[in-house]
Parts: sequence; structure tokens; C-alpha cells
Amino acid sequence: MATSKTLTHEFFKGFWEVLPPFRLVLGLCPTLAVTTMAENGIGMGLATTFVLVFSNIIIASIKSIIPKKVRIASYIMVIATFVVIVELMMKAYFYSISEKLGIFIPLIVVNCIILGRAEAFASKNPIYLSAADGLGIGLGYTMSLFLISSIREILGTGMFFGMSVMWDGFEPFSFMVKAPGAFICLGILLATINRIANK
Amino acid sequence: MEYIVLAINAILVKNILLAQYLGNCPFLGVSKKMDTASGMGMAVVFVMTFATFITWFVHHYLLVTFGIEYLQTIVFILVIAALVQLIEMFLKKMVPALYKALGIFLPLITTNCAILGVAVLVIRKDMGMVESLFYALFSGAGFALALIIFAGIRERFEISFIPRAFQDTAIALVMAGLIAMAFFGFQGIDTSLTALMKQ
Repeated sequence: MATSKTLTHEFFKGFWEVLPPFRLVLGLCPTLAVTTMAENGIGMGLATTFVLVFSNIIIASIKSIIPKKVRIASYIMVIATFVVIVELMMKAYFYSISEKLGIFIPLIVVNCIILGRAEAFASKNPIYLSAADGLGIGLGYTMSLFLISSIREILGTGMFFGMSVMWDGFEPFSFMVKAPGAFICLGILLATINRIANK
Repeated sequence: MEYIVLAINAILVKNILLAQYLGNCPFLGVSKKMDTASGMGMAVVFVMTFATFITWFVHHYLLVTFGIEYLQTIVFILVIAALVQLIEMFLKKMVPALYKALGIFLPLITTNCAILGVAVLVIRKDMGMVESLFYALFSGAGFALALIIFAGIRERFEISFIPRAFQDTAIALVMAGLIAMAFFGFQGIDTSLTALMKQ
């Protein structure tokens, strides 16, 4: 795999090859919980991207001084620091979104995508590749969240970014914005992407 | 009476897994076999109650006293990680049989968002000590219940025909959606119970 370790490859693999949460089935809780509106999906995706990029950079740069035995705890500490930064920034500048995402902002800490990338990628690769990996995966995740939340918002409320987009007399499936709809929507999307990928 | 309502609410009406979307990664990861599911369920009940108890004290007597509530995320995840490590060491030494059954799940619990989620939720909802403790216990029980129901159904997937694209996670998500729909039926209980208490 030595030849494929280029900057562009590490960046673009997040959009299809290991696209979370479809190809890399991690980080499901926020995927299900915050995707009732497209706006929330993007907010969550970008917050996760921010944490992912910076935690990957820091972990890649200090990987040689972290003792092997406590590495997971150290990674979590690095990640938690950036989550607190995001939490405070969102409260300061994007208050309404941060209220809607609520408890799921502190829970970015335990989003397994971030810890998974730290363990699988940043702890073995140089800083610039880790940054590209974080950015690619993060933006891929944002894209997926945007896709799921658009479907759920359009079908569930007939709106898109707060604007009505469906025809008159459209009866919203309120099922789609509730918990069961989240699971089923994600399940069907996952199967669709499996189908395309296995062709 | 108050605690019965709390129990029904936490286990059935607002099931942490199916209605609040917390803890989905272990839910999909360990629900393939009944014995691993019950092991994980038990581990979660135990760690969740314990962790919430400790984080409640940490929040009210440490963070609030020194006015550093914004460090909540970092401190809580550190406490939970340390606690899980302690439990792991304790079980390894004292109850090897249980350690063998739960061993591989314990490190996973650190990144189970249900644990941190409940710890943060009880603070956000401003619950008292006893109430938080019961809430954590019942939430854990709700998690275990959903996990065990789910594992029972999922064991049957092995002998049934499933289209290739839907195999594994995709069908599991659709199934989770159907169970969530069943649990959705409990929503009415909440209001009628509250009315009953007022009489």
C-alpha cells in the first residue's frame, strides 16, 4: 500500500472508499439522533470534522511520546479537549443549532469514528496525511449526515431548510422524523450503498 | 410511586436506545449472539449506575464548587474511562469467570455514548442524587432489555434468507426500527400514569 499513501488518496477515500457511516459503520448515534433537519445534520457533521482534523493532527504529532498502554486514554483526552472547544464555540456563535444538538455535542467525544481514526490512522501516519484523512472522513461524514437529514426532513415535514418544498396537500410522514423512521431510513440507505458498492 | 413512573418512563417510554438514540454502536456490534448481548447488557447496567453516581458527585461537589462546569465533558470522560479500567482490573482479579464473559466489552464501554449520555443528561435535567441513581439504573435496564430482545431476533437471521445488500447491519437497522415502533406504542402510558399520580 506504499504507493497509495498520497495526500489526495487519503483525502478522497473518505467520500466513498471508507465513507462513514455507510462503508465504515461507526458513529451511528449522532447519525440517527440529529438528522431530523438538514441544518442539524450539517452542524453536527462540521463539528465532528473540526474535532476529527485537530485530534488527528495532535495525535499524529505526539504519537511517539504516548506510552502504548495508556494510548486510548490519552487519545480520549485529546479528543475531549477539542470537543470542549467546539462546545464553547458553538454556544458563542451558533446558539440555536447548539441548543438543537443538545447533548450530542459533548457526545462527540465518544463518537467511535474519531477514536477509530486516531487508533487506525493517526497513530501510524505522519501529520499531513492524518490531517488529510481527518478532513476527508469528516467531510464525508458531513455529506452522509446531510443526505440522511435531507431525506428525513423532506419526507417527514415536507420542508427543506425550513422552506416548504413539496406539493400542496402533501401529507408529511411524521414517522420519518421519529426514532423508528431514523433506523429504517438508515438501514435502507445502507443496503442501497452496499448494493452499489458490491456491483 | 414516583420511582415506578420513572422506571416505566426510562425503560419503556423513553428507552435510551430506541427513543433517545444512545449506545447504538455496541447495540449493533454485540447483538449477534444471545450470551454476548446479555453480558454486555449487564456490564452496561453496572457501569452506568456506578458512573452516574460518581459523575454526579464530581459535578456537584467539584466542578460547581470551583466554577469550572465547562470542563464537564473532559472530566466525565476521564472519570468513566478510569472507572471502567478499575472495574476491569477488579473483575480480572476477583471474578475471572465474569471477566471472561465481559472482558472484551469493558473497554468498549468507555466509548459507549449511553454511559456518558446518561451522566450528562442527569446534570442537564437537574436531577437529585437518588433520582439520578435510579434513572441511570433504569436506563441501563432499558438498554439491556432492548439489547436482549434484539439479540433474540437477530439469532434467527442466521437461518433466514436475507438479500445480500441487506445482510448484517442494514437488516439489523431496519429491525431496530420495527422494535422502536413497537416501543413507540408505550408513549401513551406516560401521560396516563402522570394523571393517575395526581389523583
